Amino acid sequence: MKKLLFLLVIVSFVLTACGGGTETGGGDADEQLVVGGDIEGATELTFWNFQELHSEFFEDAVIRWNEEFPERPIKLVAETYPFDQMHNNLLLSLQSGSGAPDLADIEISQFANYLQGEVQLEPLNDVIEPELDQMVTSRFEIYAKDGQYYGMDYHVGATVMFYNEEIMNEAGVDIDAIKTWDDYIEAGKQVVENTDAVMTTVESDEHFSFWPLISQRGSDYFDENGDVILDNDVNVDTLQFIHDLVHEHEIAVIAPGGFHHAEEYYGFMNDGGAASLMMPMWYMGRFLDYMEDLEGKMQIRPLPMWEDGGNRSAGMGGTGTVVTNQSEDPELAKDFLAYAKLTEEGNIKLWEILGFDPPRHDVWDSEAMGEDNRFYRYFHDDIFDILLEVRDEINDINITEQTPDAQQEIHSTVMHSVLREQSKTPEEALTDAAEAVRSRIID
Amino acid sequence: MQSSVPTEKRTKTSQGKQNRFRFLYSKKLAPYVFVSPFILSFLILFLYPFISAVNMSFQQVLPGQVNYIGMANYSRVFNPTFYTALQNTTIYVILTVVILTVLPLIFAIVLNHRLMKFTNFFRASIFIPALTSVIVAGTIFRMIFGDSDSSVANQFLQFIGLNPVEWRYNAWSAMFLMVTLASWRWIGVNILYFLAALQNVNHDLYEAADIDGANTWQKFKHVTFPAIKPVVIFLTTITTINGFRMFEESFVFFETSSPGNIGLTVVGYIYQEGIQRNDMGFGAAVGIVLLGVIFVVSVIQLFATGAFKKGDA
Repeated sequence: MKKLLFLLVIVSFVLTACGGGTETGGGDADEQLVVGGDIEGATELTFWNFQELHSEFFEDAVIRWNEEFPERPIKLVAETYPFDQMHNNLLLSLQSGSGAPDLADIEISQFANYLQGEVQLEPLNDVIEPELDQMVTSRFEIYAKDGQYYGMDYHVGATVMFYNEEIMNEAGVDIDAIKTWDDYIEAGKQVVENTDAVMTTVESDEHFSFWPLISQRGSDYFDENGDVILDNDVNVDTLQFIHDLVHEHEIAVIAPGGFHHAEEYYGFMNDGGAASLMMPMWYMGRFLDYMEDLEGKMQIRPLPMWEDGGNRSAGMGGTGTVVTNQSEDPELAKDFLAYAKLTEEGNIKLWEILGFDPPRHDVWDSEAMGEDNRFYRYFHDDIFDILLEVRDEINDINITEQTPDAQQEIHSTVMHSVLREQSKTPEEALTDAAEAVRSRIID
Repeated sequence: MQSSVPTEKRTKTSQGKQNRFRFLYSKKLAPYVFVSPFILSFLILFLYPFISAVNMSFQQVLPGQVNYIGMANYSRVFNPTFYTALQNTTIYVILTVVILTVLPLIFAIVLNHRLMKFTNFFRASIFIPALTSVIVAGTIFRMIFGDSDSSVANQFLQFIGLNPVEWRYNAWSAMFLMVTLASWRWIGVNILYFLAALQNVNHDLYEAADIDGANTWQKFKHVTFPAIKPVVIFLTTITTINGFRMFEESFVFFETSSPGNIGLTVVGYIYQEGIQRNDMGFGAAVGIVLLGVIFVVSVIQLFATGAFKKGDA
């Protein structure tokens, strides 16, 4: 009897063990914002996101919508959750067929998960297609499957170089003279020699040092047919270049905290730790929020070129807003989303409120974009001139169902083993990663 | 009770009521009523998910498309990442089992000693970590063991003349962080178990041993340890199982992906594959394999420690 009891206890413990993994799921939203709650008969739309700023953008859009279309009023309930939690909850609610919101933000590297099987999102073609001519189309292709568009982005994500002019002046470098990456390395040596700062930082736990550079050179994780090219020569060479910045030229260090969104990094950069930073335009908001001391010191410039006439930017990152098939009024949700993100006014708001380079390129040189705002005050006036300059120098990126896998390999093994541990050469690391991704495609 | 009710006055309804009461008062039924909360929660919360997990492990689960794919998930389980996860988990299990049995035992013996002062204060303070949430404790640990030179742990290292360590980026220090966090949390609970066991040791036996001229070690070996052995077996078993299902200790330090997978555990791998990469079927298959591993290890452990021997334990 005792033996039996003991076995039963063991079995129940083992079974409990199986349920262990999901305990962190669920929970309440960090922030909730309700707009238009005082309007009688307003249709309620819920919106999930992982970045509180995005709620502010939609708050503004709902107020304008309710003024313009009083016959179709909207009450928007915007809920902000932590990144992983939001994506997991959304995935599970779409999989199980209940509990999903009307609108949701899905980050680009997660988007592929939502395009598997029967897509549980509403196609947005009828609202996107009429406007597509004025748009940077590649920003819609990344959220498409079988000719159906499912997401609308917030920005183009043009990658630029942020220079700390104070440090550059101290080092005696003219940032406008930096045209190629070779110039950049030379400038970096001057910085290291003449100041206490390093030239730049590279990410060891994320992809924002690697992906923009290979995209700038016309390469990617996957080719346009979806085949893995992660281990091609350009990528190996680029990773070697990043490695050399740190270990050979010694002008770069690994970003404190491992990536450019770490608290440690913000503090380091804010204290003048590095003279420059390569990140997409949307990173401007992080400067404003987390690096107050750098106000008035930062200059934005196109990326250095790999060779004369080469591209000077790359489109990186992104978040697609989607309408789920569980929405009770999908037409309203779609029309509202189009109103918020596809109209000229909406795109100007994307800049004004979020500091993003909006996907609608015909607004880039409009007068409204030139109006004074906090981003111009923090940085400088001609931000959009730079953007217009590099507008045609942004390659498409190829997003496939395996993009999350490739991303995972880059984050957890490639950058770490090459940059931090130096246990693998760039070629070995990328070959291993490519094999790991390929092995998952076969099934 | 039955005989006290006059038969002729019974109506049909009251008879039904009677029967119902008799049914409720029945001695045969009562035990089932009392165990039903456990049985129900077991069926709903454990058995049902368990069966669906087994079922799911043979499927490819996509929204609107669920197909049976035979053993395809299982054939993919034994890949390098899984072995890394299993290796990390196994090291973690061994370390926590050793630390969480030996240290609490020593502490308990010290606390139980008659010369020890402020026993209750120490007992209470050692127990407090168990009441703290892993996430809260983990966040504090993460700050203490921050990567910068100015973090508490690194300042201490520099103070004693060592180089600062990037705690979250080396395999050994990652393991150190996770084991330390778990040990810090559970030591107090295990001390309580040992204290309870130590207080039940028959004092006559010590007297007898004294008369026989046994020294302290001999008394521990021949009197104390045999008496507390069931608790030792219990704790090692529980710690092993808890170790294999560890997730939070890794999550608080590395969230969902650790550099070079140094903090990846098997349950973390299930989470990564099943939820983050939307491959529920594969996640379920890894879960079933893990279940097998835990079961085998536990059974071996229990046989080795003699828990199944008749009349023992």
